[in-house]
Amino acid sequence: MSWLPMVPFALLASALLACAWCVVTSDDLVHSVLWLALTLVVTAGVYVQLQAEFIAAVQVLLYAGGVAVLMIFAVLLTKRLTGERIPHESGNRVRAALASLSVFGLLTAFILRMPASYAQPAQRSATKVLGERFLVDYALPFEVLSVLLVATMIGAIVIARKEDA
Amino acid sequence: MVPVSSYMLLAAGMFSMGLYGVLTRKNVLGILLSVELMANAVNVNLVAIGRSLGDGRGEAFALFAIALTVAEVVVGLAIVIFLHRSRRSIDVDQAASMHG
Repeated sequence: MSWLPMVPFALLASALLACAWCVVTSDDLVHSVLWLALTLVVTAGVYVQLQAEFIAAVQVLLYAGGVAVLMIFAVLLTKRLTGERIPHESGNRVRAALASLSVFGLLTAFILRMPASYAQPAQRSATKVLGERFLVDYALPFEVLSVLLVATMIGAIVIARKEDA
Repeated sequence: MVPVSSYMLLAAGMFSMGLYGVLTRKNVLGILLSVELMANAVNVNLVAIGRSLGDGRGEAFALFAIALTVAEVVVGLAIVIFLHRSRRSIDVDQAASMHG
């Protein structure tokens, strides 16, 4: 009975980790980007399972839609160089595996020492609560965020435009 | 219910894979993809803990984090395009002279 809700979570989690593994190991960068898009969509599934539907929608729209398309553009713009694959160094690979495994072990040790807690049962108005948070408590950071986005846009145009334009 | 710690373990696994990617890729775009993976893992953590707090703070932080990550990706891609145009290579080992 108590393990029954774990089944969809285990399916999502294994799909997510498999996709993430493909992102970091795939030889062709275009495949990597497509695996990343799939990873982000599966992450939206995890958000749905956490009953955070609004964040799942934002994730699909902004990440799987926007970021994946931008990445594909960048990969194809630089395609002539990525077509010839840049090799990994095997010594570097072993050391990287050691470093990331030790980070994972450290995080796991901390997480397993945490007292057990559970996600809240369904609230009807989770998105309403979120909207109140944004427009009442976090109104100033919200506005600052829009300034940041304008600055980012201008900065990206300045960096990436042609010199003689 | 699925305990929050299992979501955190999932996020830790995804974060470590992203770290592995950052350390092994020699292509700037590959590194950027791996950084995306790490940011995504952090968002899973924020949403899971936010749900267990139940007052919308975690989700609000996750939304801010998503917006910031998108801004970071845009600037990162602009730098990649600039590198590609200025030195015809997006291998990080050859971009070591970008500082200063």
